[in-house]
Amino acid sequence: MGAVLAAVLGASLAGCSSTGGKRAEDARKSAQAQGRAAVNTPRWKIAMITHSGDGDTFWDIVQNGAKQAAVKDNIDFLYSHSDQGQQQAQFVQAAIDQKVDGIIVTLAKPDAMKDVVAKAEKAGIPVITVNSGSEKSKEFGALTHIGQDETIAGEAVGEELNKRGKKKALCVLHEQGNVGHEQRCAGTKKTFNGEVQNLYVTGTNMPDVQSSIEAKLQADPSIDSVVTLGAPFADTAYKAKQSAGSSAEIDTFDLNAKVATALQAGTLGFAVDQQPYLQGYEAVDLLWLYKYNADVLGGGLPVLTGPQIITKDQAAQLKAYTERGTR
Amino acid sequence: MTATDIVGDERLLRRSVWRKMLGRPELGSVVGAAAVFLFFSVAAGSFLQPSSLSTVLYAASTIGIMAVPVALLMIGGEFDLSAGVMVTTSALVSSMFSYQMTANVWVGVGVSLLVTLALGAFNGFMLTRTKLPSFIITLGTFLMLTGLNLGFTKLISGTVSTKSIADMEGFSSAKKLFASQLTIGSVDLKVTILWWLVLVAVATWILLRTRFGNWIFAVGGEADAARAVGVPVFRTKIGLYMGVAFAAWVSGQHLLFSFDVVQSGEGVGNELIYIIAAVIGGCLITGGYGSAIGSAVGAFIFGMTSKGIVYAEWNPDWFKFFLGAMLLLATLLNAWVRKRAEATA
Repeated sequence: MGAVLAAVLGASLAGCSSTGGKRAEDARKSAQAQGRAAVNTPRWKIAMITHSGDGDTFWDIVQNGAKQAAVKDNIDFLYSHSDQGQQQAQFVQAAIDQKVDGIIVTLAKPDAMKDVVAKAEKAGIPVITVNSGSEKSKEFGALTHIGQDETIAGEAVGEELNKRGKKKALCVLHEQGNVGHEQRCAGTKKTFNGEVQNLYVTGTNMPDVQSSIEAKLQADPSIDSVVTLGAPFADTAYKAKQSAGSSAEIDTFDLNAKVATALQAGTLGFAVDQQPYLQGYEAVDLLWLYKYNADVLGGGLPVLTGPQIITKDQAAQLKAYTERGTR
Repeated sequence: MTATDIVGDERLLRRSVWRKMLGRPELGSVVGAAAVFLFFSVAAGSFLQPSSLSTVLYAASTIGIMAVPVALLMIGGEFDLSAGVMVTTSALVSSMFSYQMTANVWVGVGVSLLVTLALGAFNGFMLTRTKLPSFIITLGTFLMLTGLNLGFTKLISGTVSTKSIADMEGFSSAKKLFASQLTIGSVDLKVTILWWLVLVAVATWILLRTRFGNWIFAVGGEADAARAVGVPVFRTKIGLYMGVAFAAWVSGQHLLFSFDVVQSGEGVGNELIYIIAAVIGGCLITGGYGSAIGSAVGAFIFGMTSKGIVYAEWNPDWFKFFLGAMLLLATLLNAWVRKRAEATA
């Protein structure tokens, strides 16, 4: 076994790829914001607890934004997540027990979070909600909400589809039961002049996503646009479209390097970005501002980070940012 | 000596083709598959198009490739709950190794094969050494792999998905092997279908024509009795787990080369689908009984059901319910047919 491994490792040195890979990345890695604390306020501790599942690219970018702001604001940043409402609430409780100086929380499952958010406020810990739950944020007593209103984002998609003269759209939901996903599709339905159909796929199983979209496009050839709710699914939808021989346009929510490339190449129509980096960055920064200066942004209304419609024109510029994980 | 010389021995009795068929474990699932096929042919207008059937076959093949070794393992009396995430692990290893080393993609594919087989051997070794139930051992592996997938990917790539390796050397040739499609007439058939058929054929040959196949049935039926007559129980079980690992490697490479980026959180939950396919195909959960062809039929039923619901354009809110009900019905029909067959055989 060891000998085989050594042989393979040896072969790997000989079998180098002259294109792509880590070496190419190192070569093009530009000066990324590193930074150090720009202020000398005490080292406050801020905890962020999200409803993210394991290994979600979107939340990675949110974290990158939060970490960047934490470095600048001399903040000790803690992160935890669970897609189970009950567990997420337990993590918030743990943050309260740690006597953190501020809590950032998502309200994807508002009912599960209600009590524990109230507890945080009782303990004198300021809370900012991000991403989901804009309608509950104020009611729960959070300072402010930072994020995209999912319904507004959906509406923006509907309008963009109208502009493109589409007649029948397919909304691909990769998590059944996610309120935000339903709102996006419902928003699209609201403003879109044509018909919107929902399709549920298993987001953790890419071949299933592909074959399901393929099946749907074969079953209904009149579908002329497919909207996926997450960036990783856009490319898969494009593959499905090709196999099904459909001419539908693929559009997506959220952004990643592949989406930027595909927009540039014209295989995707447009992407709706809610700028996750901003959600993390602003949340930490606003908590710092509150601690330092008792500032509150938004005047009781949510601070919107999206939707920003991205087409071929902006794709080239954003591609570099997606590659470093900040867009 | 011919069979007629020893009429007294019922094991060597000549049976009619019909009787032989009734005794096959996959019979019930074949009837179930035919029923599901007929149902969707009537219920969904576009189900019978050749292009739709190729989509269904693709969906079935991605499950089927894994269902084959999972069925064998089940016949051998064990489970593997880590099979779903192991597919993702295998894809992540080849992608990240190639990328980080800037190596030819084939090198990563080779390293991934070794790593994945080692994982399978680990499962088998732990199981036979500790004598703990496979449920516990592979649940442990499942959780560890889920964590390692995420942890390593984040540590190495900085994000939770791998970087694209589509522009690296060797990618296009590897893609041909694992993720290409063959165009027959106007229909595109994915190469996974071919992999699937080959695996089913090889597994069937092993089960029915080789000594190892006998060992599998023996250890699944009664491990102690098998050991008493000289069957190497430990080696058989480790081999079965490595078989699962091999198929996980094939599926993982398909995942990598068809999507060129791998999400580290994928694969969770798929292990149950593989087990379901094997069970629908006639494998007994208690071991000792089943077939590779049955697992293929089970995967086919699963593929037909999950895509047929889309072709039938039913209200998607009820999707999971339809899926569950169809699977339950297919399994019940399967069990009923088998009971009838056993009663008359």
